[in-house]
Amino acid sequence: MTSQMKQEPPVQSKVIVITSGKGGVGKTTSAAAISAGLAQRGYKTVVIDFDVGLRNLDMIMGCERRVVFDFINVIQGDARLKQALIKDKRLENLSILPTSQTRDKDALTKEGVEKVLNELREEFDYIVCDSPAGIERGAQLAMYFADEAVVVTNPEVSSVRDSDRVLGLLSSKTARAENADAEPIKAQALLTRYDNQRIASGEMMTVDDVLEILAVPLLGVIPESTAILRASNTGTPVVLDEPSNASAAYADAVSRLIGEQVEMRMESDRRPSLFQRLFGRTA
Amino acid sequence: MFGFSLRPRKTAPKSAQTARDRLQILLAHERSSGSGPDCLPELQRDILAAIKRHMKIDTDAVDIRMDRGDELSSLEINIEFPASQPAR
Ligand SMILES: Nc1ncnc2c1ncn2[C@@H]1O[C@H](COP(=O)(O)OP(=O)(O)O)[C@@H](O)[C@H]1O
Ligand SMILES: [Mg+2]
Repeated sequence: MTSQMKQEPPVQSKVIVITSGKGGVGKTTSAAAISAGLAQRGYKTVVIDFDVGLRNLDMIMGCERRVVFDFINVIQGDARLKQALIKDKRLENLSILPTSQTRDKDALTKEGVEKVLNELREEFDYIVCDSPAGIERGAQLAMYFADEAVVVTNPEVSSVRDSDRVLGLLSSKTARAENADAEPIKAQALLTRYDNQRIASGEMMTVDDVLEILAVPLLGVIPESTAILRASNTGTPVVLDEPSNASAAYADAVSRLIGEQVEMRMESDRRPSLFQRLFGRTA
Repeated sequence: MFGFSLRPRKTAPKSAQTARDRLQILLAHERSSGSGPDCLPELQRDILAAIKRHMKIDTDAVDIRMDRGDELSSLEINIEFPASQPAR
């Protein structure tokens, strides 16, 4: 069991979208880790799967056997929100709203999403939305009502390019963008699958390269790590699994998300190769 | 003989085994025709309708839980109603 520290809840609940444009960059992994991290700190948190038709968050959260009703059932009036929310067994502050495995993106409507989010705002401090890949309907609905965005990016050209597109959408096609009186969405970049060795060898762009291009603040850097695979195998958000540098990096990102100042550390979970150990080189 | 294996060969890592088991259970349920997409909402409606013929209950007072297992799954339905409710 993980200890839970109680902290002052935010005055107003916040909707945070985890988005990226590109698929497979680590959105769902990050949504699971960030929501568990927020709940660990005492915030009432719910994480919603917006990837209609490709339900995966439930597996990463380890609650796939308990899904009865989903987000779409709630939107279509077939179930009450309370019935569709799955309470996490490890953290009492954490709930999961799974998506449908059988419908398509068109089952989501803007009005339906808004209604569910408003109802969740009454109960939760943080509402974390796991966006599908792409920049179409599903992804746009996941970001539309967001107060903040975590743009998940890998240090690789197509991922950075897609993140740039997504930043454009965040500042034009969202409720906050359309309301002249509202503050724009606060967007931050989360660099994931960061591979120190490949960056040292010049194969991959550095954090600075990526930030210079995207021009948004950095929420954190998550190393490429086998701890992520192990955590997903067992259905455990990585911050609740055995300690690893990836888990510590997510915990730091959560601290920054709630406004704490935490120094950026960049430790990899990779063991140095025999060659590096023999010659004392650290990549 | 010289061997390349200096340590005993590792058995399959534990977490991969867990992943396999979880997927097998889940996919078996997803593939079985009996649990079609809207089977649960429909079941809920039918159960509610049946109960409402006998007693007055609030739709909100129904709590449905599921636990899918490899041999057995359980569907738990909890209905709250006032203690001293007269039958209709
Ligand atoms: N930091 C990381 N280290 C190693 N593998 C990772 C890391 N982050 C994500 N992955 C892996 O990348 C794949 C895609 O991750 P996922 O979170 O599902 O991405 P998305 O939701 O953006 O499609 C998964 O197999 C996941 O385990
Ligand atoms: Mg995903």
